[in-house]
Amino acid sequence: MKDMSGSDRVPTILLSVAGLMLAASPWVIDTAPYEATMGLVQRIFYYHFPIAMTMMVAAIVCGIASAIYVFRRTERADHVAVAAAEMASLFGLLVLITGPLWARKSWGVWWVWDARITSTFIMWMVFNAYLLLRRFGGPGSEVLSAAVGFFGMVLVPFIYWSVNLWRTLHPNTTVVPTLPVSMGIPLYYCWIAFTLLFVGLMVLRARLERSRVLVERAWRAVEE
Amino acid sequence: MTRPHHGASDCDFDVVAAVEVSRHYGRRRALAGVTGQWTAGTITGLFGPNGAGKSTLLGVLSTLLRPSGGTVRYGDRDARAWGDILRSRIGVLGHDLFLYPELTARENLIFFGRLYGMAPAHLERSVETALKRAGLAARADDRVGSFSRGMRQRLAAERALLHGPRLVLFDEPFTGLDDASVERMIARLRELREQGAIVLAATHDLEIAEQFVDGGLCLQGGRIVTIPPGPEPLRARYRRAVEEAA
Amino acid sequence: MGVLQAAWLIARKDLTVELRSRELIYTAVFFALSCLLVFAFAFVGERTVVENAPAGILWVTTIFAASLALGRTFERERQADTLRALLLAPIERPSIYLGKLLSLLILLFGIQVVVVPLVGLLFGAPIFRAPLLLGGLLLLGTVGFAAVGTLFAAMLQRASSRDVLLPVVLYPVTLPAILGGMQGTLWVLAAEPNYELARTWLAMLVFFDAVFLTLALWTFAPVTSE
Repeated sequence: MKDMSGSDRVPTILLSVAGLMLAASPWVIDTAPYEATMGLVQRIFYYHFPIAMTMMVAAIVCGIASAIYVFRRTERADHVAVAAAEMASLFGLLVLITGPLWARKSWGVWWVWDARITSTFIMWMVFNAYLLLRRFGGPGSEVLSAAVGFFGMVLVPFIYWSVNLWRTLHPNTTVVPTLPVSMGIPLYYCWIAFTLLFVGLMVLRARLERSRVLVERAWRAVEE
Repeated sequence: MTRPHHGASDCDFDVVAAVEVSRHYGRRRALAGVTGQWTAGTITGLFGPNGAGKSTLLGVLSTLLRPSGGTVRYGDRDARAWGDILRSRIGVLGHDLFLYPELTARENLIFFGRLYGMAPAHLERSVETALKRAGLAARADDRVGSFSRGMRQRLAAERALLHGPRLVLFDEPFTGLDDASVERMIARLRELREQGAIVLAATHDLEIAEQFVDGGLCLQGGRIVTIPPGPEPLRARYRRAVEEAA
Repeated sequence: MGVLQAAWLIARKDLTVELRSRELIYTAVFFALSCLLVFAFAFVGERTVVENAPAGILWVTTIFAASLALGRTFERERQADTLRALLLAPIERPSIYLGKLLSLLILLFGIQVVVVPLVGLLFGAPIFRAPLLLGGLLLLGTVGFAAVGTLFAAMLQRASSRDVLLPVVLYPVTLPAILGGMQGTLWVLAAEPNYELARTWLAMLVFFDAVFLTLALWTFAPVTSE
């Protein structure tokens, strides 16, 4: 196998930087003005929003990679797709955990069927379906789950549009507040940190998937 | 050698060749580097223990399964280059027979004949002939669900041959057949050979196969095993080959 | 042979099979009836139906019955591996998809012919208030669900544990279609109907159906080749 030590360092660097940035994030977030009504819980937003955005990116990456795999059967695309699907599922879970914390403070309930939360929930379910199908579908299910990933990506605008229309008719739920500029810097800081974390994990996971395929190939070769 | 019927004339070939064909399902390797060439007017027996890759090879040759590696060429082109029309020149008898139990024997034949684009008048004649050949002329309008395994097997074989395929792929054609039907099936296969078909038949019935095959291909664990030539019966030589390979 | 001609052949074959056994229509209709019965205990209190419940009852019943029918139509093609036989025929693959979709839709509309009047009768829903609009919503919502459902059910035929995986995969993906049909119906049947909104949902369904039908036709061949 060719020497990969150079590219091997990339995820390590990405993950180290992301880790350091996240470790330092409380101090960065602390520079933002204290939000009176929400208090400390408001600070969750600096994690919640970037994670949600990362989840969207993961969903789109998975969708595109899945489409490539469905039509071209490029193995690489499949490795990227499965990594992205796992990221979408992981970050989706984090969104769905941080969301209710916010909701509890803001609206006094753990869960509201707010447009964004509901949409996120649906997207999360789509990518869980992708992973379940892959896990339990048996051999050859990569293509099948890729079709789910592809459809999931195309679905995004439909979900957001329809859930918005469904929810905005019930004005008792509030939308996520728009932020003053002074809150922007820590927000972008966290966003970058999570994006680095996402890319680092993605690369690692895609590489793991690739190794798994190589091991399988070696296994078959040994059996012969 | 008979020419293919109407409509299918733009696709024909005299030889099918597999080069280093392999196929795997996850970790399980079903075929590994199988190479072979089959020409018009020959019957090739496909032997090997259960799970040796016989059905997988038939699946790959039928275009249903994509090979994980290697190529299959039909004449001068591969399946992708031929496109959908290639399938009109292939007839497959699967292990699961491909018949709708709720439909009658005739309806099954007509349905598939139409899917294969056979012209109505020609189809009608072919269906009658096929029913007679399957020995089911009297029960043509009974539902296939009420048939015995042997009757279904005979009908399924005729269904696979209805459109006059060049490449004939039979998976266990003798399952459930009585002696008389076995004789008829052998005669049918010989007839196909006369007509210039490329026949591959997977079977465990080596004594039966010995009567009509021109050549044999033995698989063991997805690889080709050579059956040594000799005066002994096929079964003895086959057993020796498989044991040596294992 | 043309795509539509082959599709019609397959659909007609399916309908012949169904007319012979009548298994699907009977089981699906009685399953729908038992759903309605269960919903009665959930949404009927003090002799009146919970506000806006009929639209939900109608759609959840439809979707459940449709899932049942969907699984079964493809199970039939598995019995003697006939789906493979169809894939082996020299027809363009999308015609198989279209044929299965068509026969499924005819079956589903058959179920709705029973379910919709019953929802009107049992839960006091004003189903004749805007029959065209309601019909359109039912038609397009069902088409949207079935369009994705047929593709997924067909491709899951070679997956293991397909029975449980189908709904798990299908419901999130078809949610916009279900939501559109349900919400549109809700605004038609509501105490104060809002036809403007119902039409908006109808428009969304047209869009959803067009996009997902196209995608399904496009992906059917690659996902069914092994």
